Amino acid sequence: MHAAKRAVIAEDSLLLRIGVVKVLETAGFEVVAESGDAEGLLRAVAEHRPDIAVVDVRMPPGFTDEGVRAALVIRQQWPDTAVLLLSQYVEERYAAELLAANTSGVGYLLKQRVADVEEFIEALRRVASGGTALDPQVVAQLLVRRPSDPLERLTEREREVLSLMAEGRSNAGIAAQLVVSESAVAKHINSILAKLDLPRAEGDHRRVLAVLRFLGVGGAA
Amino acid sequence: MTRSEGRPRRLARTRAQLAFLSTGVLLHGAAFLLWVWFSLSHAGAVVPVVFAAAGAMSVTWLQRRRFAAYAGTGIPRTPPVAGDSELQRARQRLRTAAYWRQLGYHQLAGPVLGLVEAVVLVLWAGSVCGITFYAWYWVFPQEWAFTQWANVDGWLLAVAGLAVLPFLPRLTGALVRLESVIARRLLGPSRAEELERRVEDLAERRAETLAAADAERRRIERDLHDGAQQRLVSLAVGLGLAKATLTDLPPEARAVIDEAHREAKEALEELNHLVRGLHPHVLDDRGLDAALSGIAARAPLPVQVSVDVPERAAPAVEAVAYFVVSEALANVTKHARATRAAVEAVRTGDTLRVRVTDDGRGGADPSGGTGLTGLAQRVASVDGTLALDSPPGGPTVVTVELPCTLPSAL
Repeated sequence: MHAAKRAVIAEDSLLLRIGVVKVLETAGFEVVAESGDAEGLLRAVAEHRPDIAVVDVRMPPGFTDEGVRAALVIRQQWPDTAVLLLSQYVEERYAAELLAANTSGVGYLLKQRVADVEEFIEALRRVASGGTALDPQVVAQLLVRRPSDPLERLTEREREVLSLMAEGRSNAGIAAQLVVSESAVAKHINSILAKLDLPRAEGDHRRVLAVLRFLGVGGAA
Repeated sequence: MTRSEGRPRRLARTRAQLAFLSTGVLLHGAAFLLWVWFSLSHAGAVVPVVFAAAGAMSVTWLQRRRFAAYAGTGIPRTPPVAGDSELQRARQRLRTAAYWRQLGYHQLAGPVLGLVEAVVLVLWAGSVCGITFYAWYWVFPQEWAFTQWANVDGWLLAVAGLAVLPFLPRLTGALVRLESVIARRLLGPSRAEELERRVEDLAERRAETLAAADAERRRIERDLHDGAQQRLVSLAVGLGLAKATLTDLPPEARAVIDEAHREAKEALEELNHLVRGLHPHVLDDRGLDAALSGIAARAPLPVQVSVDVPERAAPAVEAVAYFVVSEALANVTKHARATRAAVEAVRTGDTLRVRVTDDGRGGADPSGGTGLTGLAQRVASVDGTLALDSPPGGPTVVTVELPCTLPSAL
């Protein structure tokens, strides 16, 4: 029995903060600090060194991209703290900035995903243990930026699998989402990697990285 | 000149007319003498040219005040000239048509008008003197021939004064109107100059209106973001938590929670869509390029985006370009029966060209839908052009060209 994972949260809307804290506690996280702005968040992270920081993108004083900038600072200065960004709207540009330095322990989701509690908890755990969680809408935005020809070689189902891979899901996660067997997912994945000339990487995370690179974002592992 | 005018108003008008006449005689006279003196003493030298220009300007300024105060006539200003020093500006002024019109007014029309004013003023004075003749003629020595004549026939003067007086206000009024017309023509800007100025004014006002509408959209976006959106999210989260944790409820209760949860998420989705359409935050933050992937990804058909805008356009122009793509893709979804679409934005020089193409059935009619009309209006608001090419059978291409800088935002 290991100790509960520790989390801090930065969200300026008190109402929503309470909700997210409840979800975190339901997921078995211990919320060690709460903050309403980016400055308070950085202080809390420096003090508590949590496993994960759940951060709203738009916070005082500027109400623009404070959360994104704070996330970059956190990933650089305290690499052991994962960051999950929440936002009313997700933008591929912010995702690209976020993933440029580091793709592990990073998440970027729409706020409304918190409402799908079980899925959100899964994403939280994934990010806290060094994985990635990208919102489907971010992946969709990344796809519109790609020249369409290599993607056209994929079947409808393979495109779905590719999107789910880019979201950072494991084989089991993809299988559950598409209601197919894990071996069917594995077959799709092999086919996708072959069609897109992507390396047959071992391990979920390396695979996510390859897919993100294909989509034009993502730097070091 | 209606009979119903009250005595105080008539009195005030008469006073203004007399002031107009006397200041006119003084000003026109002074301007004329100044000119004569300059021409005689300093003809051709540089310094007097500056003086003459400055002098003409000062007299024009005085005339403008005189017309405003006593004739109720506003004479619009002529457009200002550019220049670093007073001397430069003076030289520049000499080259403007407005300056020569003003000089013409002071030197040619002025003396004539001054003379006419003097005559009318004398008529006023004569009439008043005639009417009041018996009140003061005794100051003249009795032995004067005039006094001898006045003792017998002085009443003729009073009668003449009384006969002339009623016509003087009208005569003066007509003169004031005539002078106003002349002054406006010669001292004010010409029709072309005035139009130019109006165009500038209107452009400025339009830019202000645009900015105000833009600011309003941002404010609404901010209000909804801080208010309704956060509440809806936390409502959905609350219901999601209930759904996840209250597992031992009877199935009916769970069904109700499920339904409420789904409703809350759908409402949120709709609200998000609406708010992002108002003004996406990323547009301010990261520019058009970054903002376009959002709408393209939300479209229910595959859209490819390619953007080459190395330098950002004015915020209002970016907002219009964003709106164009958003509306055009909405139209594609609604009407075109397309399987795919492409969005392209390229900046060449000062022109931002945005093109939305689809492989649908074509035949889009610009006069038909309100969507395209609204689009054209929004584009025209920043002096842009919209071209629609949609032959029956497709493909449909909407091309919009926008100037990257707004005229008055320079």
